[in-house]
Amino acid sequence: MTTLDRTGASRTGASRTGASRTGASRTDARPPGAPGAEPAGRTRRRRTGRRLSVRSRWELALLLTPALVLFVLFVLVSIAAAVYYSFFDWNGFGPPTKLVGFANYTKALADPMFQGALRHNIQFAVLSIVVQLPLTLGLALLLNGRIRGRAALRLIAFTPYVLSEAITAVAWLVMLQPGGAVDEGLRSVGLDGLVHEWLADQDLVLYTLFVVATWKYIGFGIILFLAGLQGVPAELREAAALDGATQWQTTRKVVLPLLGPTIRIWIFLSVIGSLQLFELVWIMTLGGPAGSSATMATYVIDRGFRRYQFGYGSAVAVLLFAVCFVFALLYQRFALRRDSAGALSGRVD
Amino acid sequence: MALTTSRRASASSAPGRDLRTPFSTAARHLAALLVVGVTAVPLLFVVLGGFRSNAQINASPTGWPHPWVFSNYTRILGSSSFWRFLFNSTVIAVTATVLTVVLGAMAAYALSRYVFRGREGLYTLFAVGLLFPLGVASLPVYLLLRQLHMLESWYGVALPQAAFGLPVTIVVLRPFMAAIPGEIEDAAAVDGCTRLGFFWRILLPLAGPALVTVAILAFLGSWNGYQLPMLVFNDQSHFTLPLGVATFQSQYSQDTAGILAFTALSMLPALAFFVFAERRIIGGMTGAVKG
Repeated sequence: MTTLDRTGASRTGASRTGASRTGASRTDARPPGAPGAEPAGRTRRRRTGRRLSVRSRWELALLLTPALVLFVLFVLVSIAAAVYYSFFDWNGFGPPTKLVGFANYTKALADPMFQGALRHNIQFAVLSIVVQLPLTLGLALLLNGRIRGRAALRLIAFTPYVLSEAITAVAWLVMLQPGGAVDEGLRSVGLDGLVHEWLADQDLVLYTLFVVATWKYIGFGIILFLAGLQGVPAELREAAALDGATQWQTTRKVVLPLLGPTIRIWIFLSVIGSLQLFELVWIMTLGGPAGSSATMATYVIDRGFRRYQFGYGSAVAVLLFAVCFVFALLYQRFALRRDSAGALSGRVD
Repeated sequence: MALTTSRRASASSAPGRDLRTPFSTAARHLAALLVVGVTAVPLLFVVLGGFRSNAQINASPTGWPHPWVFSNYTRILGSSSFWRFLFNSTVIAVTATVLTVVLGAMAAYALSRYVFRGREGLYTLFAVGLLFPLGVASLPVYLLLRQLHMLESWYGVALPQAAFGLPVTIVVLRPFMAAIPGEIEDAAAVDGCTRLGFFWRILLPLAGPALVTVAILAFLGSWNGYQLPMLVFNDQSHFTLPLGVATFQSQYSQDTAGILAFTALSMLPALAFFVFAERRIIGGMTGAVKG
């Protein structure tokens, strides 16, 4: 409050010359947009602003150094180290000495376990888009309107998202055990035929995990889409309705296109999440039985920490990163580009 | 950010309701019931299961507690390990959150309101960090922590956690800080405020809502983390709550009632935090992904 009063007062008190005297710092506050698109005058003014005083340099160093040190040390060095280790045959103890070139990579790409893990990740991503997206979007469309207890509904739907994956995994592990709550629930409604070895059946385990993941993350999607839907002006729907459009037509031709950016972000988060899937799988199945639910991330940990193949595990980790990175780049290039604000190109404007 | 605009929009959509048919109203309530049921039933099962005995659960996994058994909960609440896990989780999450928010806010300030060569490159570097999952980094992070003698220590979890939390913090805070009008900064400068003074006394209070959002994201991320504590801690007295729950489950896999009680109690802090900060969490999620 006091700060607002202070600035309010000082703004009225600021003379015209005062404002122009600090013109340089004001341009500082406006980050550059596309450089070529600006009037020459503004560009020149920015030039002068770019020459930092000694004091500003110190301030910048003070502000940026701590974050950079932490980020470089743990994030960038880790990635670089993973790449470095991936060229060695190494058990993680002592210095890596046995250089093997790309052998770990060729081995991984030919390894049925790795291929399986990669395929499971992709299956998960495809399932998300084909099953979760219509389900989430459909529920959000249905819930977008006046409903008694809407706030409570929102709260309850979102709850699983706030719980840790570890807790979610343990709760579902108990419910899914043979003769457990899920089986009894199915029997009690006469669906005895559906009872299965949910986590022990190699053909089924991935779908079981997918259902659990859907339970955990669907609330997040619903909330995301509800927020997006509230940005769709009611006037447009009314106009469509007055023109004789059915509700289905209105939804398809008016609402969904306007929801495009939200859907594209959802798909991005969902695919990246599917590629990086770890904790749910690790706690519920350890990637089993017989690797039938292994993901790239569980495979990294399995090779690195259970079998001490740090070099090989690192190669798998680098491949996982490469898949995420390539997907992100392509997605940014072809899908997100249509939206003004992509996190990666993220200029402020 | 997104929350305020969406709330305004929802108020103006009120007249649209008249166009709805009774059928769609019924469908809407059915959908609501479905969502609540699917979400709440497993949660209720966990909580109520903790009030049953193993014999009751084995006889009928989904039944109602009869009679109510309190010993599962009292046993866990009476054990020192549950409280130790809770304490460890709290210390680590608070440390990681403070580091993420303080360092992230400083960097976001530099990247939003100073002009210098390489600024956009630096920002892109941080933003690309969003794509570095902990899963990729887990082996080298573990080796690094081993070299730094930070295994089995709170810092061994909190520091990497903060490092991996920085990208999203900076990506959320930068546009927010950049949007604060330059006139305010000019006025402060006229009043003799240095740029660091402006950051501390004016920008941080103005960016309050965004700071709360990133703080909540950082806190939940650390509180819910499993992989990093799993790698760093071997000694059970250092375990965090998620690690403790998973370990309890594998060690006492026959004690279903105990597992359920432990799980239910472990859910409580996150749920309490969520109810307390619900608006900000939901607003933060939707705001963050909208950029």
